[in-house]
This record gives sequence, structure tokens and C-alpha cells, in this order.
Amino acid sequence: MISVSVQQEDFDTGEEYRQLQAENGRTGAIVLFTGLARDIADDPLAILQLEHYPGMTEASLRQTAEQADQRWPLMDIRIIHRVGELSPGDQIVLVAVSSTHRAAAFSACEFIMDILKTSAPFWKKEIHRDGRGHWVEAKASDQQRAQRWREASQEDT
Amino acid sequence: MKILFFGSLREQLGTGELELPLPEGIANVEQLLDNLRHRDDHWQRALEGTVLCAVNQTMANEAAAVDDGDEVALFPPVTGG
Repeated sequence: MISVSVQQEDFDTGEEYRQLQAENGRTGAIVLFTGLARDIADDPLAILQLEHYPGMTEASLRQTAEQADQRWPLMDIRIIHRVGELSPGDQIVLVAVSSTHRAAAFSACEFIMDILKTSAPFWKKEIHRDGRGHWVEAKASDQQRAQRWREASQEDT
Repeated sequence: MKILFFGSLREQLGTGELELPLPEGIANVEQLLDNLRHRDDHWQRALEGTVLCAVNQTMANEAAAVDDGDEVALFPPVTGG
């Protein structure tokens, strides 16, 4: 089962884990990733603003989950992404995946994060303690990570 | 048609949304971007970097067709996660 949520509220990783665990007695592996709002040592962060494209965001996350579901034998996929104003240390994103064995769960979780980073319509703006704000720029390394999966997919076919 | 702007592009343009009739002679994303760039210097500068596009909430390239009833979104490379 695929479940996607874009929300302002925080999430409880323990609760999300227990839901995947309870879902199905045949589950053998759960991989759960969380991404946090990271502070910057030499330029302290006050607030991280997360903007998104309502409607398209949910569709994009669901599509990424469906791609993972086609590629690996998975049971449940849960994606939560927060929007609005976050503070350093806050949770931003959760990707949780369950499967019968660990290899599929590890790969699918990494795949979903790598594709999400380069295709889900979110934009981050960092507001520093002195009031300066700047938009986070996309990283070439994230594009490379996403590209690896696309290339691997072509080799499969 | 409806044109949406997000992230730094929205901020630079000072607007998140435009409603306008499909400009004459515009049939695809590339032509629409060109048309917007010619509004004035401010628009030209804002739209000169990497601009990604979605047509009706699906990622689209510059050759993608646009029509009057479409929702076209323009934005910088995404930075979620």
C-alpha cells in the first residue's frame, strides 16, 4: 500500500514504524529514513521555509512511490514531507518501506529519496539569525544520484 | 491560461500567479517563456537562469504544447528532501 502526505505538522517515526510493522505478518524488513533541517556551523540558521506546488507535489511523490513499487517487491511505502516554517533539527521528510527481505527495502528507500530530491516540487529558503534569507540551490551531486537509478533501469530493460 | 511561479522565481517576479489569454502565436513552453522574457528587463533577468516547467502539474520540456485552458508552472530546480 502506498501512502503520501504533505503536511505542516511534525510526524512520529515510532508510530509510522509500528504501522508498517503491524500491516502484514509476512513483513521481514522495514527501512525508515528521516531527513532533518540541518544547521550551518558558520552561519546559524533561524528558520527553514519550505514551499511547494500543492497538487503536483502529492502526485509527484505518489508517482515516485509507484515506480519503486514496480521495481522492487515491496509491501508498504509511506512518504511524509513537511512544508511551512521549520527550525534547525526539525524533521523534514520520512520515507518508510517494508518488504520481505532487506535488499529491496534498502534500495527502494534510497531510490525514493534520490528521485524525490530532484523531481518533487519543493523549494527551501534559509533565513539566517541576522535576518538574511537565501534560496537553497539544487546540487549537481543530487542529479547524479538520481541519474544512477535511471541508468540502472535502462540496463534492466 | 494560468501561469504559476514558485520559489526564488516567484519572489523575483513579485507574483505567484498570472491569468492571461494565450498570447497570439504561442503554441509551446519555449515560445511562452520567450514571450514572458520580452515583457521588460525585470522579467528578462528573472527568467534567464535555469527555469523548469510543468504543464497541468506534469513536468514538461520546452517543446511541450500549451493551450489556453492550461495551468503552466515555472520554477527553479527543486530543493526538497
